[in-house]
Amino acid sequence: MGVVGYGAYLPRYRLKTEEIARIWGADPKQMKRGLGVEEKAVAGPDEDTVTISVEAAKNALRRGGIDPSLVGAIYVGSESHPYAVKPTASIVAEAVGAVPEMTAADLEFACKAGTAGVQACMGMVEAGMIRYGLAIGADTAQSSPGDPLEYAAAAGGAALLIGKLDGEAVAAIEATYSYTTDTPDFWRRDMHPYPRHGGRFTGRPGYFKHTLSAAQGLLRRLGLTPRDFDHAVFHQPNGRFPVEVARELGFSLSQIRTGLLSPKIGNTYSGATLLGLAAIFDRAKEGERILAVSYGSGAGSDAFSFIVKEGIERKRELAPKVSDYLENKVYIDYATYCKFTRKLVR
Amino acid sequence: MRRVAVVGVGQTKFGELWDTSFRQMIIEAGTRALEDAGISGEEIDAMYVGNMSAGQFIRQEHIASLIADHSGLAPVPCTRVEAACASGALALREAMVAVASGMHDVVVAAGIEKMTDVIAEAGQEMLATVSDQEWEAFVGATFPSLFALMARRHMHEFGTTDEQRALVAVKNHHNACLNAYAQHHVELTVERVLQSPMVSSPLRMMECASLTDGAACLILVPLEEARKYTDTPVEIAGSGQASDTIALGDRESLVSLRATREAARKAYRMARVEPKQVDLAEVHDSTTISEIMAIEDLGFCEKGKGGKITEEGMTAIDGPLPVNPSGGLEGRGHPIGATGIAQALEIVLQLRGEAGKRQVKKAEVGLTHTVGGSGGTAVVHLFRRR
Repeated sequence: MGVVGYGAYLPRYRLKTEEIARIWGADPKQMKRGLGVEEKAVAGPDEDTVTISVEAAKNALRRGGIDPSLVGAIYVGSESHPYAVKPTASIVAEAVGAVPEMTAADLEFACKAGTAGVQACMGMVEAGMIRYGLAIGADTAQSSPGDPLEYAAAAGGAALLIGKLDGEAVAAIEATYSYTTDTPDFWRRDMHPYPRHGGRFTGRPGYFKHTLSAAQGLLRRLGLTPRDFDHAVFHQPNGRFPVEVARELGFSLSQIRTGLLSPKIGNTYSGATLLGLAAIFDRAKEGERILAVSYGSGAGSDAFSFIVKEGIERKRELAPKVSDYLENKVYIDYATYCKFTRKLVR
Repeated sequence: MRRVAVVGVGQTKFGELWDTSFRQMIIEAGTRALEDAGISGEEIDAMYVGNMSAGQFIRQEHIASLIADHSGLAPVPCTRVEAACASGALALREAMVAVASGMHDVVVAAGIEKMTDVIAEAGQEMLATVSDQEWEAFVGATFPSLFALMARRHMHEFGTTDEQRALVAVKNHHNACLNAYAQHHVELTVERVLQSPMVSSPLRMMECASLTDGAACLILVPLEEARKYTDTPVEIAGSGQASDTIALGDRESLVSLRATREAARKAYRMARVEPKQVDLAEVHDSTTISEIMAIEDLGFCEKGKGGKITEEGMTAIDGPLPVNPSGGLEGRGHPIGATGIAQALEIVLQLRGEAGKRQVKKAEVGLTHTVGGSGGTAVVHLFRRR
């Protein structure tokens, strides 16, 4: 079982760290150095988690080359579903032509609900319940004006089409391993517009403990070491945490460079790990092994090992690459950002 | 009045103790102090605990009962003492008075603060409650901004420089690296201090003490009984406490704390010690300028020369008058209520010759200096090896 198609999507608007710092009177150099984020992707006024998910799903189906009606399950992981009640996933399913003989649901686990969807699809494919499953991670992340989160909270998403490896494939999924605890490092209560967080508590007891534990658990289960991997991607809440976690695990900068997008797009939350993985798929060669580790506050991590298959060379050309979205950008100012994110309404 | 000695000390690690509760912390520090003194809980006659604001930080008041209960020592009387950042030092003074008066024989002086269970901004707001709410906090003064005013005036009057202040942080962080219980184990440079984010001009982040969890505990007995417990008793030879206006704007000076001068005068007189006889000091470096003003007000140098003698290395751990060998509030950490006790604990270890890699040579007389708020309270203690 593995990945038969993948797709990414990033909105074209970018807000620079300098611009946010200018508004709040912060030192832009210090903010850039501290967070390792130069600019972040912002959804346009007519975009939301649904539209981002549809774009990513369509790209995944293009690369999958399958009849959308064969998709038996769609899971959308996000913490910015437009509706509190009424699924994102059913809108996506209708838009891509997967309805009606299928199941769909929304997932939420802070930034890791996208990879939770991948695991759900893996189980259903393995059990023979469905032929193909589409797992999507997408967000238009919220942040309170002036909160340090504002420098990173971004918009974007990616999708993986999961199925049996009986045809042309992108990658085999070698194994997955999860690590979950009740750790309240970041949360948003019902009816509250912006999340709150425990500051430095989100670091060591949150992100690092879970990401390191999940990665080490997977390596132990597979009997592998960092040297056995050609690429690695970790959840990227900023530009520094994934670099630090890679260093602590024994991965080199060259192993994580391809999938490290946060300096240029910020933290796309549920989209972050899958977007980094998509960027690696855009470049990887047959036979290469990839480690992907997500992180969701609250808290948990899902780790995966992928082995790239021969189909990747042809399939990657069938839809826009992550680099296409990275290059297609328009800078906006803070006022426009306020309008686009509905902080400013008339 | 009986003379009083410290015969037992104990503390927790200072830092972000996210997996340790308030009650665990006080029990850990207390148990270590009892073990150090070689006594059991039944021998304790009374307890005094310094704590600034458990009500705000963990929403728990009545901590005196909580501590007596969870340490298994009820019905021993336990009293909470509060004077902002000087809470611990004042608990020590109250415990000392209790023994000196003959009311009690074996008394615990402890301090504790659990500050990192709230988010950092909330913690800063809680800290600001030690300033004058009506005349300072309500009009926007944060706690560091009051010290920033003092720093500006000190620079204006005496030519004290950013670099001189930064050297205080460099020294104290260096010392903290030699202290396993300290919060911050990082060597700083002047450049790094002066490039850290601005908190309130001219004070930068690396010049200000951070939010810290920690507890510390001392066991006090009459000096004449002290040898029953230890071969290395340390006498509390002098104690002075003084008050001043709570608001900075009502003070006679921005560059000197009258409460510090007055508390020091009383403590020196009681101990019959001159400033030049002090071998080492733990002073209240809540910010870098606080230490510079403290060493002046304590009489270690002429007013205005604090920055200069720091630059000359006089206050370094191997200098003629080591100041804050533990790392101070900046390096060891500043769990508000625990600070005064932790300062005394450091002096006791130094006078016993048990300070390990940070041991000061020829330590006979040590001083602690603790400030509440921006200077509304000050407490000075003098310790002597016996």
